[in-house]
Amino acid sequence: MKRALPAFWLIVILTIPLWLQDQYILHILITTGIFIIAAMSLNLLLGYTGQLSLGHVAFFGIGAYASALTTLGFDVELFSGFRVVHEPWPAVIGFFVGTAVAGMSGFVIGRLSFKVRGAYFVIVTISFAEVTRLVALNWVELTQGPLALTNIPPYTLGFPGLGEYTLWNKTAYYYLVVVVGVLAYVIISRLVGSRIGRAMIALKENETLASSVGIDVTRYLVLAAVVSAAVAGGAGSLYAHYLKIVDPDIFLFIYTVTMVIMVITGGKGTLAGPIVGGIIFGFLPVIVRPIAAPAVQWILYGGLMIVIVFILPQGIVPAVQRWPANRTLSRRKPAGVALANNSNPSDRQ
Amino acid sequence: MDQFLQHLVNAVILGGTYALLGIGLTLIFGIMRVVNFTHGELYAFGAYTVYFVAAALGLDFFLGLLVAVVAGALLGALIEITLLRPMRGADIDTVMLVMIGAWIVMQNTELLVWGGVAKAIVTPFPDSPLVIGPVSISWLRVFVLVVAFLLIIGSYLIIHRTKLGKAMRATFQDTDTAALMGVNIRGVYTATFAFGSALAAAAGALLGPVFLVTPTMGDLASLKAFAIVILGGLGNITGATIGGFILALVEEIGAGYISSGYRDAMGFLIIIVVLLFKPTGLFARAERVG
Repeated sequence: MKRALPAFWLIVILTIPLWLQDQYILHILITTGIFIIAAMSLNLLLGYTGQLSLGHVAFFGIGAYASALTTLGFDVELFSGFRVVHEPWPAVIGFFVGTAVAGMSGFVIGRLSFKVRGAYFVIVTISFAEVTRLVALNWVELTQGPLALTNIPPYTLGFPGLGEYTLWNKTAYYYLVVVVGVLAYVIISRLVGSRIGRAMIALKENETLASSVGIDVTRYLVLAAVVSAAVAGGAGSLYAHYLKIVDPDIFLFIYTVTMVIMVITGGKGTLAGPIVGGIIFGFLPVIVRPIAAPAVQWILYGGLMIVIVFILPQGIVPAVQRWPANRTLSRRKPAGVALANNSNPSDRQ
Repeated sequence: MDQFLQHLVNAVILGGTYALLGIGLTLIFGIMRVVNFTHGELYAFGAYTVYFVAAALGLDFFLGLLVAVVAGALLGALIEITLLRPMRGADIDTVMLVMIGAWIVMQNTELLVWGGVAKAIVTPFPDSPLVIGPVSISWLRVFVLVVAFLLIIGSYLIIHRTKLGKAMRATFQDTDTAALMGVNIRGVYTATFAFGSALAAAAGALLGPVFLVTPTMGDLASLKAFAIVILGGLGNITGATIGGFILALVEEIGAGYISSGYRDAMGFLIIIVVLLFKPTGLFARAERVG
């Protein structure tokens, strides 16, 4: 039974484009999937190291811009007379460049931001995101500013022996998002389950104690930031090549808030949390849109966020997992539950 | 040189209202340890209240200012009692999430009620500016500066000369000891949040007529207030006052001589630089209120 359930979901996920006719729903699935990947990466920082990064959208946006610019090419003059010209490269290389550039900025921002903690860390990360937004808005020569980078080509995948395939339609993008999502999930779950992940959880629980037993706090935090930023950058690249347009609004704080809501609602510090939260907040707009204005939708989200923090501070996934455990008083908890309980942030309350 | 003088004067006028924003937030942040994302929304609320009283109802502009400050204090007290009081003792990140939720609700309520189109507030001041040598200032801006200064002085007096101010300072230094000495901590928290909110609403009410009133005007206000608090040091009113003027000056100089597009980036660069090199703020001897 335990194995049947994931297999069932896997089949559902893989066959959706075969029986789903509605292109709009497919579009929602793709964008939701991209945001779930971003939320998973945020969860690595927020849920496992306990650092509330509110600048996460910076990595998403940097990945999107880096990928788009690699693909479209650019011609900029730095300082005076020093020109940097880049010829367009294939979109797939853009994906890797986007991931790498986002990871590198995660390293730089992590190295700087992790000097401070708590409220100050939050404010520094917001500041970084706002600065990147203003650069994207004002460095018109590189980013086209508010005019946005347009006509970003779709990915072309080369299969040995089978030739090349360009992802023109939504179905192809859906499968790509699923593949990248599974990859991101595997990377994050392997990382969290390893010695490194235990060190991260340890320093979240008690940083002083963790450092006293020899855990190099900054090193692990920066490592988490790099992986998290790289995954977010990859998601940003998917977003750019799927929508074929990136503008500076991609850096808006509201997108970070969306990711945070997804993680908190689903359950921070659990692997399934961002997926559950992502599906809820990905599809909530579809349900609410016909009956409410956008402002009302956001009022609902904000209110929901407050309510969830009040009544389900650990999120849905830990609550659901604990429910049968409490009833049957099972002696042996599944690994996922144990992990979720270990990383339970509200123990401090 | 003339241009520089004009920038300087603009910075002083803007700095007064920034100082109000900063003083309000530094008290809330310092005493309650709440990262208050609704601060900017109270700023926007103040501006909309003036618009409502002066433009929509057609009543007196000065009455609108007064109503904005009082309504800001009441709204602040309401937020504190309904959202923050039940969260006391929760860790700072959890409270922050609640405040982000409240911020989203407030901003979109403004959008729903007033629409997305920017509103202009008409004031009774003459259109012709006050000209002193090479510098010209509109009478409205002179008024804004004077009122901001009066409110800053008023805040000092409340913190240093009243019993409430003494209770706030005691709570900041040591909450438990203050409680043992008979300070009503719950009351101090509500009063602090209401007071800080009133100052934010006052800043919005003063700057609303200078610029335009939009539902998103609070976003940058919140972040600028954080920049000022970080610059001045937590709970430091003098620091917040000076920090407000420094931020305004840096913005004016940055916008005037570097690029107007990066005006709003200055506050964030200040946050990043100060936190990385002197996290206790520029003027901190030790953490204290006053």
